[in-house]
Amino acid sequence: MADTKVEQMSISVAKDPSLMTGAIPTQDWMDVPAVFKPGNYCYPGKKDIVEYLDKNLPGKLFGEPREWKVEDDDWKLPENWKEIIIQGMKDRLDKFRSFKVFMDCCVRCGACADKCHFFLGTGDPKNMPVLRAELLRSVYRNEFTKAGKILGRLAGSREMTFGVLKEWFMYFYQCTECRRCSVFCPYGIDTAEITMMARELLHLVGVNTNWILEPASNSNRTGNHLGLQPHTFAQNAEFLLDDIEEVTGLKLNSLSFNRKGAEVLFIIPSADVFAEPGIYTFMGYLLLFDHIGLDYTISTYASEGGNFGSFTNNELMKKLNGKMYAEAKRLGVKWILGGECGHMWRVIHQYMDTMNGPADFLEVPKSPITGTVFENAASSKMVHISEFTADLIKHNKLKLDKSRNDHRIVTFHDSCNPARGMGLLEEPRYVIENVCNNYHEMPENTIREQTFCCGSGTGLNTGEIMDLRMRGGLPRANAVKHVHDKHGVNMLSCVCAIDRATLTALMEYWNPGVEVCGVSELVGNALVMDGEKERDSGLRFEPLAGMEG
Amino acid sequence: MKVLQALGIVLALMLLAYVGAAVPGGRTLFGVVLPYLGFAVFIIFFIAKVMDWARSPVPFRIPTTAGQANSLPWIKQNKLDCPSTTSGVIGRMLLEVFLFRSLFKNTRAEIHEGPKLAYGSSKFLWLFGLLFHYSFLTIVLRHLRLFTDPVPGFVHILEFADGFMQVGAPVLYQTDIVFLGALTFLLLRRLLLPNIRYISLPADYFPLLLILGIGITGVLMRYVVRVDVISIKMLANGLVTGKPFVADTISGIFFIHMFLITVLLTYFPFSKLMHMGGVFLSPTRNLANNSRMVRHVNPWNDPSIKPHSYAGYEDEFREFMVDAGLPVEKEPEPKPAEEEAPAEGETKSES
Repeated sequence: MADTKVEQMSISVAKDPSLMTGAIPTQDWMDVPAVFKPGNYCYPGKKDIVEYLDKNLPGKLFGEPREWKVEDDDWKLPENWKEIIIQGMKDRLDKFRSFKVFMDCCVRCGACADKCHFFLGTGDPKNMPVLRAELLRSVYRNEFTKAGKILGRLAGSREMTFGVLKEWFMYFYQCTECRRCSVFCPYGIDTAEITMMARELLHLVGVNTNWILEPASNSNRTGNHLGLQPHTFAQNAEFLLDDIEEVTGLKLNSLSFNRKGAEVLFIIPSADVFAEPGIYTFMGYLLLFDHIGLDYTISTYASEGGNFGSFTNNELMKKLNGKMYAEAKRLGVKWILGGECGHMWRVIHQYMDTMNGPADFLEVPKSPITGTVFENAASSKMVHISEFTADLIKHNKLKLDKSRNDHRIVTFHDSCNPARGMGLLEEPRYVIENVCNNYHEMPENTIREQTFCCGSGTGLNTGEIMDLRMRGGLPRANAVKHVHDKHGVNMLSCVCAIDRATLTALMEYWNPGVEVCGVSELVGNALVMDGEKERDSGLRFEPLAGMEG
Repeated sequence: MKVLQALGIVLALMLLAYVGAAVPGGRTLFGVVLPYLGFAVFIIFFIAKVMDWARSPVPFRIPTTAGQANSLPWIKQNKLDCPSTTSGVIGRMLLEVFLFRSLFKNTRAEIHEGPKLAYGSSKFLWLFGLLFHYSFLTIVLRHLRLFTDPVPGFVHILEFADGFMQVGAPVLYQTDIVFLGALTFLLLRRLLLPNIRYISLPADYFPLLLILGIGITGVLMRYVVRVDVISIKMLANGLVTGKPFVADTISGIFFIHMFLITVLLTYFPFSKLMHMGGVFLSPTRNLANNSRMVRHVNPWNDPSIKPHSYAGYEDEFREFMVDAGLPVEKEPEPKPAEEEAPAEGETKSES
């Protein structure tokens, strides 16, 4: 739980002098140094973890493995760290048009300024997307533009210094790459792209966070971010079959692992197998597949849909993602189905086929139940569980009892990546409306393409920055509070594993009484299974409406 | 402070032109040589910049999806905010370029006690931005009457439409008022809103003040100070035909006007004003959201980066997998007396 009590935080966010509360900073932003103190930074990557990643990727992408402390004045950087950064910038300018255009054409109109959840929650000027980008742009101008070289600070350019590096480490780890600002920018400047570049550059000189690197290296070695070995992963999943039996009276026997010849490979964010409330989402998936008789298997080798590599650099993202197609090929499945996860789907939707395709060994996904061909996934061959479920419901293939979610008053949080990096808006809503009687939308400025981040994405969901996360999550929490007060909403549903973990903490802090679930949990509750016992509780053993006490 | 720096530079430029045009040879320098140079710099470096952008690769298909995607046939796609076809992208881009659609979505957030966040609609930036750009365009097109002989028909129509209220003599153009008004709004917004003021650089005030200077000197010449329009038209026409002639009757204020335009043209390709070209090349706007449907190719994709192999994975965990009843590719070898520790990771040769 956060270090600051919620009462105190409530006053602080609305009253403490900040750019959000109307206080005007006295110093130019270039003159305000980044100061690290406990609670405002993530711990650096452990030496052996960095060594492992370095060993497994070409080049020197992760800098020099070493022990270092963020609060120290000496980060034990390589002697030529500035050169590495500048050369790294040059390389990336040559590889990404987005980076080049976004460095050049911002007019600082400020439309993005109050769109960032971190700015809204902290009031820190450098959390305005425009200034976050200027942190990098100022160095770009100095090194790569004529105006910047000649006019210096008049043109907004400055030299790369250790102070600038510290600023980068602070503020590019206060951006969750949620892309909300990019919806409003008249030139489509996407701070997510800029943050990705900045983080790649920081990695080059070995400036990193353990909460991203350790899960990434675990994912590489064991298949999932917690480092569960194959037998443990499978056992965890099988325990959940016992829970399903307790709730429904049914012992499902359709779950299999690493099974060759299955029609569908199902890939989930691994947290769904071992962490609440994701496990209930997982139980929902299993009930659904059993209900429709889907021929599917789960891989322990590719047991992580989430891609912690995408929070570091393109190379590691590609390497981790490569397992999906590799495993689909090895098992000889026809197509891949993906569970509820945000950034996993950003990677699948916008990067996977490009990085690791073409998946010509797979077939265009076709639902064996409805016959629907998923043309929108004709090349990548991977379908989202919400698309799949919505299609089943539309074709009346599911026996549903909506009243089994009557103890839930539900709202839906659009996860950033499916919303702004995919356009998955209606499918989960359609599913929810068919499995729940009580559904209420949050205010329109806070949902769909304008949705607010949970405040802890891109590897920021670590315990050491709790205060920051509660501030960054405030806009989301505040919108939930609105429907909680107005309609009595007590369940915040979502299609993202990071959300399931982080929104739970966020709700406990800002909105006690609101729980968090995956959409598939609601499906699992509502599914009327053949031969089930009369259900008196939901998947988390909570009593159904009318069954209390 | 930053605005004063920018103002100082603009005033100095004005003074330079006024004094410069008064010294021998200055009229030709400020009326002919520098405008030619400025125009050449503008064309050459504008094209160079756009070419530089256009040549750089687009490794990934990263549109910002701002609406429902193309999905199941019965789900209504938002074809403009989340296009999946080229025609959709063209539609999105036209709305972006001509109507500033993204800016139209602008909101304003406030935090109140509670805490309670509130979001209101905020269309002023969109409105004044649009007014500024369109009035600027109209004014530039109207100026074609000075550079062409005979004057094209559409310029006459534009002039007539722009002065349709028939106020004053010479007739007052509405765009002149709108132009100066919108510029003033944009400048005041930058100065008065604390967060916008904080992000503003001298390089943000400078073009505003420069264009304001051009506008004011232009308006003065049309409505207040008498200038020799015939000679100015002769000069402008001469610049186009390659036979420029600077008559002695052209007054100093014209050279200020002309020089500020020259500076604007020269400064343009090296500044944020290049958003004029950049807006067309933004990968979050000009790509179709069809990356699962059609494979997008990354020219520098590195095929040597391979996932940690399944074989390597099974080698490390085979015994546990067999014990747990998980299928394996290779049956484990008979156990030696002492169990080997699992391998500690991979070697560089693996990838």
